[in-house]
Amino acid sequence: MSPHFLMCPPDHYGIEYEINPWMDRARQSDHTEAVRQWEALRRLLETCGATVSCMAPVAGLPDLVFTANAALIHVRTAILSRFRHPQRRGEEPHYAAWLADHGFRIVRPNAPGAFEGAGDALFCGETLFAGYRIRSDIATHQEIAGILQCRVIPLELVDPRFYHLDTCFCPLAPGKAIWYPAAFDTYGQKALRDQIGDLIPVNEDEALRFACNAVVLGDRVIANTGCPELRRQLERRGFTLYETPLDEFVKAGGSAKCLTLRLDEDE
Amino acid sequence: MTNPSPAARPCIGTCVEDVEVRGHIIDSLILPKILDSIGAGGGTFRIKEITIGQTPADPSYALIEVRADDEDTLQRILGRIADHGAVPTATHDCRLGIADIAGTFPEDFYSTTNQRTEIRLGGKWIAVQAQEMDCGILADPVGRTARCIPMTEVRSGDPIVLGHAGVRVFPEQRSRRHESFEFMASEVSTEKPKQVAIRQIARELRANREAGHRTAVVAGPAVVHTGSSEFLQYLVREGYVHLLLAGNALAAHDIEAALFGTSLGVRLESGGPVEGGHAHHLRAINRIRRAGSLRNAVETGVLASGILCDCVRHGVDFVLAGSIRDDGPLPDVITDVLEAQRVMREKLRDVTFCLMIATTLHSVAVGNLLPAWVRVVCADINPSTAIKLADRGSFQTVGLVTDVAPFLRALVEELAVMDSVGWPSQAVISQQSRL
Repeated sequence: MSPHFLMCPPDHYGIEYEINPWMDRARQSDHTEAVRQWEALRRLLETCGATVSCMAPVAGLPDLVFTANAALIHVRTAILSRFRHPQRRGEEPHYAAWLADHGFRIVRPNAPGAFEGAGDALFCGETLFAGYRIRSDIATHQEIAGILQCRVIPLELVDPRFYHLDTCFCPLAPGKAIWYPAAFDTYGQKALRDQIGDLIPVNEDEALRFACNAVVLGDRVIANTGCPELRRQLERRGFTLYETPLDEFVKAGGSAKCLTLRLDEDE
Repeated sequence: MTNPSPAARPCIGTCVEDVEVRGHIIDSLILPKILDSIGAGGGTFRIKEITIGQTPADPSYALIEVRADDEDTLQRILGRIADHGAVPTATHDCRLGIADIAGTFPEDFYSTTNQRTEIRLGGKWIAVQAQEMDCGILADPVGRTARCIPMTEVRSGDPIVLGHAGVRVFPEQRSRRHESFEFMASEVSTEKPKQVAIRQIARELRANREAGHRTAVVAGPAVVHTGSSEFLQYLVREGYVHLLLAGNALAAHDIEAALFGTSLGVRLESGGPVEGGHAHHLRAINRIRRAGSLRNAVETGVLASGILCDCVRHGVDFVLAGSIRDDGPLPDVITDVLEAQRVMREKLRDVTFCLMIATTLHSVAVGNLLPAWVRVVCADINPSTAIKLADRGSFQTVGLVTDVAPFLRALVEELAVMDSVGWPSQAVISQQSRL
């Protein structure tokens, strides 16, 4: 069965508000270029053997394009996001509707606070690694552990530029992941080192190119351009890095991973 | 990263909150992070309960007591650790009900213990004053105060705490008692090395006096029967006793001894009966009644010696509580039991050490009124007295099974050595020993 992703075309994408250090309304994205980059990513995924489903873009919801934040998908369960910032809360019903229409069991966490889906919750093997403080709250992660009956390791994110876990951590395979250590506090760094045997660090320059915001398809890794050191590290381990330009989305604080939601996670 | 110093510090500070955290708090290092945050924020902690998950999917759980010296520091710490998932266990104020009938609590009232207690009002924890077992809690939501209130004192319209929510109790730490009574634990035994125990009690009494704290003595008439009055008088004269609690009998026998040299008609010096002696105690009571009060009797020279006389002369407060079988009674005896209890409660308020000697009913009555942090030593030939005290909730009682005379003699000897005043003289001891 081929990997299956949810994407949302960037018809209404743009920098309309500022909710992270990347966003600057004075530095608008080039719409034509954004569409071209998004299409290129989609084609690359399909070339790599993935199936891509698309949800309808909605005017006034520029960040709907970042489908990774729709929910955390586990088998056929979707734990829906509750966004920290009101600017993105309008996306929630659209994600919920699409996922419900496509057969997912919808779960809304009861815990108070925010949770931003696969942007802050990533499985590496059987363990769910969960970023908290900037966009998601730890209470939701603790509730998810109970819902999914799995081990959840909360990791505090301390650098606002890396506001979601998927901007500084990317599982490649059980026991193997890419990370940008300075995005975590010392406890999180130690917990990750304790739990994951092979952690591939990326330097600050490549982290700022969103090297960690990569899509993994077996031994193929898709990321933004400009990450030569990551390429070397991955090739040494038998992975191939496919680079595709995504700078128009980096302007909003997102890249390959943010633009996709894996729907067949851990099936 | 993990600074061991906060963990090594004892849990101290007057402002306190229990927090709980659950999840995979060990592998993720969330628990050490929380504990370190408490220390870094200027607080201390004690892990009251911890459950570690057995399988990788099982969450762990920790209940943590957080303390700080002031409320602001505590709130800062709580805010910081809340971000890591540690949340207060109590999030609701206590529930209040209005007393609808005077002298009764509303149904479902919170029944107090003698342990330190706090209630949550307006989001803040408030210490309950006048801690006493078997009472209710009267709350003042406006003035943010609370105190224990006995059932009989409830007035219609009083706001009374209901249920257990928003109430927390701090059991007295055993270790605090171990500082002075480690060797005795709190059990009653006839086999304990008494001399060592008595020396410890003497030290405690002396420390209490030196610290300017108040000591109460609860005494039964056996103190007089056994010829031990002199020893108790020593304690009174030397400032070791600040409050004497007894019944009509102790006072009547003390006065009989002072006026006639007998106790229930038996000559204290020789142990032999005296003709007409059976009426001595009633004549003694009558003489004091004629004087109007014990104080008048002392001031007019009617009563010139004895325990009560020394109490009057040395300004030591006394409460004589009556019972249905009393002869007389003496004019100072409070015959209304509720009034007696009220007066005892009031006078016991600042007492920090209580010595109970040879009386069951008065010891239990006083024990019921004392908060758990008041140190209680019960010396009685009958082991059941200390057992009864403990059974009725005065768990802090240290029991010493001993005859009253050797106990008080040894206690006074220890104190005398400590005071280095050379009292009692060998002659006095020899004289007392013959009795």
